Amino acid sequence: MSTSSRNNHVPVLAALAAALIGVAIGFAFFVAPEDVDQGISQRIFYFHVPIALTAYSCFGWGAYKALLLLWRKDERYDLESYVAIHQGTIFGSLTLLTGSIWAKASWGHWWLWSENQLVLFLVLFLFYSAYFMLRFSIEEGPRRANISAVYALFGVVLIPVSFLAIRLAENIIHPTVFTREGPQMSGTMFLTFCIAWLAMTVLAYALYRLELLGKRLDSNLRELRELVT
Amino acid sequence: MTTAPAIEAIGLEKRYGRKRALRPLDLRVERDGFLVVTGANGSGKTTLLRLVAGLAAPTRGTLEVRAERADLGYLGHEALVYRDLTALENLDLYGRLYRVPERRERIGMLLERFGLWDARAERSSTYSRGMLQRLALCRALLHDPALLVLDEPYTALDREGAELLDRLLADLRGERTVLLSTHDPSRVEQLATARLALA
Amino acid sequence: MTYFTDVVTLARKDLRLELRARDTFPAMLLFVISTLVIFHFALPADADEVAAQGLLWVALVFTALLGLARVWAPERESGALEGLVLAPCDRSAIWLGKATAVFVFLGAVELVALPAFGLFFAPVDAATVAGVILASIGICAVGTLLAAMAAASRTRELVLPLLFLPLAIPLVVGGVGASVSPDPGRYLAFLALYDGIFAVLCWASFEYVVSE
Repeated sequence: MSTSSRNNHVPVLAALAAALIGVAIGFAFFVAPEDVDQGISQRIFYFHVPIALTAYSCFGWGAYKALLLLWRKDERYDLESYVAIHQGTIFGSLTLLTGSIWAKASWGHWWLWSENQLVLFLVLFLFYSAYFMLRFSIEEGPRRANISAVYALFGVVLIPVSFLAIRLAENIIHPTVFTREGPQMSGTMFLTFCIAWLAMTVLAYALYRLELLGKRLDSNLRELRELVT
Repeated sequence: MTTAPAIEAIGLEKRYGRKRALRPLDLRVERDGFLVVTGANGSGKTTLLRLVAGLAAPTRGTLEVRAERADLGYLGHEALVYRDLTALENLDLYGRLYRVPERRERIGMLLERFGLWDARAERSSTYSRGMLQRLALCRALLHDPALLVLDEPYTALDREGAELLDRLLADLRGERTVLLSTHDPSRVEQLATARLALA
Repeated sequence: MTYFTDVVTLARKDLRLELRARDTFPAMLLFVISTLVIFHFALPADADEVAAQGLLWVALVFTALLGLARVWAPERESGALEGLVLAPCDRSAIWLGKATAVFVFLGAVELVALPAFGLFFAPVDAATVAGVILASIGICAVGTLLAAMAAASRTRELVLPLLFLPLAIPLVVGGVGASVSPDPGRYLAFLALYDGIFAVLCWASFEYVVSE
């Protein structure tokens, strides 16, 4: 992948992300109608759900790159998978954060076991944190790349399985006290949601490309140093 | 009509992350050839042999080894045996995995040949380093492989063991393809049909 | 059919090794009983049955972890794992043989743990037993593969629990559900689903975990 500034689109992506986020914030706080039942907490929803969806996409992208690594045996995919999962973990943490804020604003509690999405992200957060612990305790090389890739694939399979488990757990462990109706979104609400979703996706992609660029530059520099000595 | 070479490599290179374990090299070993690889520590001898044995994949370049796993015998720095199993049990395990015909007879023959018959029912954790090396040789030869990859096979062998190995290698020369790395090339100089010195 | 012959050969090897070393199995047995005793002291007097059932699963998961920590130790000692990788057998057979042996040990531990649980806390019904069997399959399949990953790490004893616990969460849900719910079939079906999906995933990916 070329690292020359003429070829990479990172500045363009960053600018686009910033612009979209600005628009999304504008829409979320000023344009979209106020929800009668939930008030301001519903505004957080415009960010919480897109961030969650973006996190899933990052994990999925990371798993896709992992699959390519195992299949094509090209080490280039290792870095791409790692960066995607790194971004996914960041967005996952943000999901937990925004979810927690939303829960406090809506129900007065910083954590709700009844919120399946939140619980799922907690499990995923634990899983992907272990990814980093694993990765950084193995020496660089094809072994580390292969193991990280297999683990990334396990993660993506765990997402639906965990979700199902959490749904099943509802009935036996924690009676559902708080209910949240799926938002019936009016046209403007839906538009706001879509803008925010697009903004988050572009932001994630921009960060992904930025981190990838940084790490590749780093690696090229090291190679050059080695050639010189 | 010439048969294809047993091992052929072009631009073969191996890196572990930033560490370069084997610099790009070209290699060609004819069928039933005997290649002796020499080089200082860290020059990549072990890496090369592991690549040929299939224990590692090349980072760059091509490597073609015309021998299936069932036809390849490898001797590395470690004995690759289970400490808590006896010599018999270890060889029986590998004999089953390699589907060696007349397993018991072959195991008996090898143990006897390498002077391990008396210790055959003792756990390999009780073996000396030299005995472990002999056991590892038995393991590598058990399935009568067409290609033998031996990484410093003389290590830890006493005089008697080294002589046994000399005789074995003399028997194998011309009958099997052998790739051998050593610190002391003079010992196998007579047998070599090709030499490779790694920098 | 040679595939299954290889699996049996490898599993028998593992059983023989453990019977000879006699270190992991007794430790697991002692650990599970000790854990159950601690739980007795940790539970308040009026704790309901659901809480107790949950503790059974905590005990099982952590006992399994104890055993899994050492599952690849014999292969590490003289590099025997490479010997297996060199052999013509399918690499996944190495995983399956090992996982089968672990399942036998875990099963033997559970044969003691379940009656002990019945003695200390509450009787164990058929649904619980079915749940334990199904969950054990998942634990052994996934745990054996994760242990192989952890074996490649510098901090293997530290990292294995971190890798294993998130993946064990669905198993605990399934198991507790089977014990407690009036409709255990759903939870048992879920456990079977987990086992099926992850066993296939482990079977397909083990090759990559041991290759360079």
